[in-house]
Amino acid sequence: MTHKGPKIIALSGAVLLAVVGTLGLATANPPADGDANHQDHSAAKANVDASIEQANLAAAPPSTEQVDAGKKAFIEVAKVLQSPRCMNCHPVGDRPLQTDESHPHAYNISRESIEAGMACSTCHREQNSEAVGVAGGPPGAPHWGLPPKEMPMVFQGLTPTQLCAQLKTPSTNGNKTLQGLLEHVSHDPLVKWGWNPGGERTKPPLSHEDFVAQFKTWVDSGGACPE
Amino acid sequence: MKIKVNGEIKEVDVPEDVPLLWVLREELGLTGTKFGCGKALCGACTVHLDGKPARSCTTPVGDVADKHVATIDALGSEQSLHPIQQAWIELNVPQCGYCQSGQIMSAVALLSKKPNPTDADIDAVMSANLCRCGTYPRIRQAIKRAAELTRQQGGQK
Repeated sequence: MTHKGPKIIALSGAVLLAVVGTLGLATANPPADGDANHQDHSAAKANVDASIEQANLAAAPPSTEQVDAGKKAFIEVAKVLQSPRCMNCHPVGDRPLQTDESHPHAYNISRESIEAGMACSTCHREQNSEAVGVAGGPPGAPHWGLPPKEMPMVFQGLTPTQLCAQLKTPSTNGNKTLQGLLEHVSHDPLVKWGWNPGGERTKPPLSHEDFVAQFKTWVDSGGACPE
Repeated sequence: MKIKVNGEIKEVDVPEDVPLLWVLREELGLTGTKFGCGKALCGACTVHLDGKPARSCTTPVGDVADKHVATIDALGSEQSLHPIQQAWIELNVPQCGYCQSGQIMSAVALLSKKPNPTDADIDAVMSANLCRCGTYPRIRQAIKRAAELTRQQGGQK
């Protein structure tokens, strides 16, 4: 989201402290190498953006109707996130899942396989195997993979309330603001693959258009979570 | 289109959605890489793209235009075997041999990430390369032997 100057006046002292505190943390813990440096800065920026987003919400909080609508919308969002096309790569533990039954991936595949040199893209290429005339091969999309071990973003086995809390928090959602999440689910090619999965794979229970609409309702509620 | 294979730029006249495996074998005559299942399910067709393993039977050639393709044909030489090849010979790994090109390319990728792999590391990577003859125990031994040879030779090959 873009920073809106005048609204900064409405920032509460607590939020300002949160922003300053986040920046302070980022500089108090110098990274060990370039990659870590980049990740630390990305995480710090996401935290600052999230704090600004929260400050803007505090300045112009969503109405009761928006909050109620957001809670209802997240129930629909969770149905999509916990359908096989999304959940299979957001498992509990290190082993991805596969098929509509969401059983553990064949061939002993896990995060250890990736760490030991066999990325998911070894078999899961940039497009479904049907694109090269091969029915029955692996599905594919750009940057196919599992979330990182240090931030696994588990979708499997959580209640909608737990999933909502995880999803709205930058430190557990891939360092994204609510607007960043909306952008991600609207345009990311791997997310959109869920609605073009190839083979006999079922699609999520909502169309992509409806999913994005429900997601936006949830974002507009400030990330209200169902009880 | 032009593709870089084993360090050389090659010009091939094929549609971009043709699998890389077909181009390697039929257009360039590089028959070391094998056709197994044709569906990226067995690993016999494994090559390296920019040093990372990939199943060439489901990789459209159009996707590799900006990458370096390495096949088993250019791994080591008769005068200077790659440690993996040396270990494979010492331990007499192959039986029928058909899957071994893919096994070796996966093993090379494994050793580049894990120079001293544990049994768990080997299983985590090599389980996706199938061998109908069941040479897995010898493959595991040979990977450890290759790691040892690499150490003796003073570094990664």
